[in-house]
Amino acid sequence: MNFQIVRYMLGYVCYFQTAFLALPLMVSLLYGEHRVGWAYFGTMGLCAFLGILLTFRQPTDKRMYSKEGLVTVAFSWILLSMLGAVPFTISGEIPSYVDALFETVSGFTTTGSSILSDVGKMSYAGRFWRSFTHWVGGMGVLVFILAILPLKGGAFMNLMKAESPGPSVNKLVPKLRDTAIFLYSIYMGMTLLQIVLLLFAGMPLFDAITMTMGTAGTGGFAVRSDGLEGYTILQQGIIAVFMVLFGVNFNTYFLMVKGKFKQAFKSEEVRVYLGIIGISVAIITVSILPMFSNIFEALHHAFFQVGSIITTTGFATKDFNLWPPIARTVLMILVFIGACAGSTGGGIKVSRIIIMVKGIGKEVKTLTHPRSINKVRMDGRTVEHEVVRSVNVYLAIYILIFVGSLLIVTLDGKDLVTNFTSVAVTLNNIGPGLEVVGPMGNFSSFSNLSKLVLCFDMLAGRLELLPMLMLFVPSVWKRKKG
Amino acid sequence: MNIIVVGCGKVGAVLTEQLSKEGNSVTVIDTNAARVEQLVNEHDVMGYIGSGVSYETQLEAGVEKADLLIAVTGSDELNLLCCLFAKKAGNCQTIARVRNPEYSEEVHYIKEELGLAMIINPELAAAAEIARVLRLPSAINVEVFAKGKVEILKFRLKPDSVLCNMAVQEITGKLHSDILVCVVERGDETYIPSGDFVLQEKDVISIAGEPQKTMEFFRKIHIKVNPVKDIMIVGGGRLSYYLSRILIGTGVEVKIVEKNLENCNLLCQKIPEATVIHGDGSDKELLLEEGLDQVDAFAALTGMDEENVFLSLYAKSKARMKTVTKINRISFDEVINNLDLDTVVYPKNITAEYIIRYARAMANSLGSNVETMYRLAGDRVEALSFIIRENAPMVNIPLMDLNLKEGILLVAIERNGRVIVPRGSDSMQVGDTVILVTTITGLQDISNILKKK
Repeated sequence: MNFQIVRYMLGYVCYFQTAFLALPLMVSLLYGEHRVGWAYFGTMGLCAFLGILLTFRQPTDKRMYSKEGLVTVAFSWILLSMLGAVPFTISGEIPSYVDALFETVSGFTTTGSSILSDVGKMSYAGRFWRSFTHWVGGMGVLVFILAILPLKGGAFMNLMKAESPGPSVNKLVPKLRDTAIFLYSIYMGMTLLQIVLLLFAGMPLFDAITMTMGTAGTGGFAVRSDGLEGYTILQQGIIAVFMVLFGVNFNTYFLMVKGKFKQAFKSEEVRVYLGIIGISVAIITVSILPMFSNIFEALHHAFFQVGSIITTTGFATKDFNLWPPIARTVLMILVFIGACAGSTGGGIKVSRIIIMVKGIGKEVKTLTHPRSINKVRMDGRTVEHEVVRSVNVYLAIYILIFVGSLLIVTLDGKDLVTNFTSVAVTLNNIGPGLEVVGPMGNFSSFSNLSKLVLCFDMLAGRLELLPMLMLFVPSVWKRKKG
Repeated sequence: MNIIVVGCGKVGAVLTEQLSKEGNSVTVIDTNAARVEQLVNEHDVMGYIGSGVSYETQLEAGVEKADLLIAVTGSDELNLLCCLFAKKAGNCQTIARVRNPEYSEEVHYIKEELGLAMIINPELAAAAEIARVLRLPSAINVEVFAKGKVEILKFRLKPDSVLCNMAVQEITGKLHSDILVCVVERGDETYIPSGDFVLQEKDVISIAGEPQKTMEFFRKIHIKVNPVKDIMIVGGGRLSYYLSRILIGTGVEVKIVEKNLENCNLLCQKIPEATVIHGDGSDKELLLEEGLDQVDAFAALTGMDEENVFLSLYAKSKARMKTVTKINRISFDEVINNLDLDTVVYPKNITAEYIIRYARAMANSLGSNVETMYRLAGDRVEALSFIIRENAPMVNIPLMDLNLKEGILLVAIERNGRVIVPRGSDSMQVGDTVILVTTITGLQDISNILKKK
């Protein structure tokens, strides 16, 4: 393991965190929240100091292989969360550091699970920071760094691979930096578009910006005490549509920008994703019809909730905890499916589900015709065996982490539905679960141990499990001899 | 520049590494998924798996926006077809590797008719390079600049050389010789020496100057300058064929040892002047019988790297002679450099060098102008020549006032056919050809040699 390069990259992460924290500082100055402002200013100083400390010595060995990439990404996210939680505690808005950490991890991993019972009481700066962590966490902090720093060499591809969601990560253009810039440009463009549309729909500026950041990163932190219930149907509708859009593979947008519409719409994953949304909306609309005055209202809320859950955003316009069992079950299934690979969403990812289902089909065919040669195909191409294998391994790890976390969380003595859904929604980066952790509830009643376990789940879910797992592999920690 | 490289073999890999390091957007295509994967993991490039001849694959790899397509797969015909398609589909410049001797006669016709920018024949290029060295066998390597007016010669200091323990600045005074020591390789380190740099035995040094001056210098330090009169070549492949033809043209006696009878017959037919011997080149007795210890030079050009190294070392142990060794795999060049092998030729490297030179010149077609480029010590040092154009920022400024970057040494200025070994008071003029060596690889424009203000 080449610790030098990991240290050096972490130093840069600290610098970027300093820059990120300047934004809530500005918000606090704008709203005259000086006490909170000092907390952000102090944390900026801490980050800058850490950054200088870590980058003081240039690394002599600049090699970065995949294990260094994975470890760098895992540590970066832990470091970002730990530093990002500091201002909440210093300002006294979230007195317990573990709670603050939970909130920040939830932010960066775009989960949106909260320990706060009333968001409305928080300072503007605090709410802005929470939403901003969603935005930068959605596309990835290291991808952001890659877009800005002119880092040369192919090795940094390992960083992007570790941070971007999906079973196989590809560059859009030959150069890594151009790819990163391109991704962030699309991201930024769509974000601005949504802010403008929300402003036209009559939303106040602060709400428009924070809600958009929550949507873009598919995060799910709201800024009002009543969540999204207070917004108009039109505003909710805009958010719903953009949630679904941010859950689409960004590769599709790349092809569209390049004018290759035919290719863009051919993507099997996107079509299946939209199909799943359509079917789920239909089922839920029918089941919740009696609760609403007309079919359009039911359709609206069903669409919003389906979009919110499948993209792993976790906004709620209605307390779906009170919906009939069939609606709640469908939503829970969506929790596990997740958004498209290469989007800002979490979950298992639609493409993995497709590969898995086709893998089953292949296996069945092999059983019936033992000598037949079968390949899993997607988008008209053969999916390499390596990818199929990695999907299976991913699922195995997923289940193990799920079961382990569930056991630990159960120690708190809550009911099964609460425990099961709390692990499910954190590991899939959704946000609200059912019962105690439902859309109107929160995670504050869990013990510190459970909160830390859920933090791990959130990070593992966001980073596609393996980077976090690497931290537990002893051979990774071996130093070079001499 | 957008560059597509078709074929990820050894040449493709060297090209990809170098071109992407120099800031080009490189896309590689190969049918072998593992090779593409490896390149994509190691370098900042994009990879496509598929046949480079397929129009669809080319489109996917972005041939429409490409500036240059380089086809270096193992097959000549594939390479040509590839270039033809790319030319039609993307209207980009194309370079093909074509190595079959049957085509080599018609290279110009093929190039013109198919609209290729360049056809590179690795073996022919390597043969030309070997032939150049054999004219001055004491040098490990000879590179020429400015149409032969300036040479850079590389040789190893023998323990008894007068240059040992001499500082670089003393050479001109003590030996009255107008040459410049521009690169010194010592062990794994490479230096661009300053005046007080002291030379040691076993150093591999490169000197630059006009051909007559460098000859004179060699005589002064008691190094033989007679060209090779006869040579024994082991291995009768394409490289041997090209080399023999060039050498026989200049009156060198050539003896080729080749294992395969069919190849022997073919060689005998095509080069009747050469003595072709059918036998195993690794048979010591055979080599001695054919007079290994009496020839001026020995070239090990079989397809096996290890065999070539052993043969050359053996030849060296038998008699004082010039040895030339062909190495295909580039990976272990550090190890090979430490052996006493005289000249080592890497045909793949030479190919890559030619193509990179072209690509760089293309990238600069707007203002400037790498004329020639050689890589001197592995890929750590480059020797480049530029032509000074009117808009160059350093025209008419005395060299001592120029704020040059670290690791750059001006070697020579060629002006109206005269060669100037630059001193502090000289300056560059419009139309000059400037030759420099540098550890900064990837210089593209003469203005890049100045420090940024």
